[in-house]
Amino acid sequence: MTMRTPLKTARNLGSAKDGTDHFWKQRVTGVANVFLGLFLVWLIASLLGADHATVKARLANPLMSLALLATIVSGTVHMRLGMQTIIEDYVNGEAMKIVLLMLNTFFAALIALASIFAVLKLSFGA
Amino acid sequence: MGDTSAGQGVRRERPLSPHLQIYSPLINMVTSIVHRMTGAALYFGTVLLAWWLTAAATSPDYFNYVSSWFATWAGQAVMIGYTWALLQHMFGGLRHFLWDTGRGYDLKVIDQLSWGSLALSFVMTGLIWLAVARGGL
Repeated sequence: MTMRTPLKTARNLGSAKDGTDHFWKQRVTGVANVFLGLFLVWLIASLLGADHATVKARLANPLMSLALLATIVSGTVHMRLGMQTIIEDYVNGEAMKIVLLMLNTFFAALIALASIFAVLKLSFGA
Repeated sequence: MGDTSAGQGVRRERPLSPHLQIYSPLINMVTSIVHRMTGAALYFGTVLLAWWLTAAATSPDYFNYVSSWFATWAGQAVMIGYTWALLQHMFGGLRHFLWDTGRGYDLKVIDQLSWGSLALSFVMTGLIWLAVARGGL
């Protein structure tokens, strides 16, 4: 019988090897999203029904572009972490879990890249 | 699963902890579930944001086409729903920040925070869309 306690595997970064990384990133992006989310609601609400030239000019404004890029990065990181937790909680099969966790990352990356590309294209003169 | 005569490889039936259908719904339980559901809804809703941004960066024609979808009855409903989901998730999240500091764990306070997050999200969604309907922000 081994005399080792479970504490052995829980030291430093723990058995998952990433410590409180997930928890902390979720909080940091969560705090950022309070401000960025309100910005996004305002931005879209103020552009409802506006024509293309107006929307383009607004989104191409450097301050708007920067805030929007921050929203996209913080938002997609946060949602990827959140969906990871949902998958880990409800999907029991190991193979299915790995597949869904990968798809989760791919989806978040796709949304982030497509949105960032669109904002940069508008900023640099589409 | 109930067959134990097969012996090897059969999992022993273990008692399960009571789950959702056993408990009568309490408000903190409802907002906890709502927090997760709004999070998931916001997750998939980002497709619409990416679509809108891509349309704006593509051409006036394509932007008008996408805008016409958002201007429909269903499009407006989705946007109002998305606004509420975002605000509910935000107020629910602020509640979690308070709990992270070790505060707000009195049963009464937990209930108040739950009702408060719901009230604030509905009122704020109403105010924002009222402002939009009255000629924009």
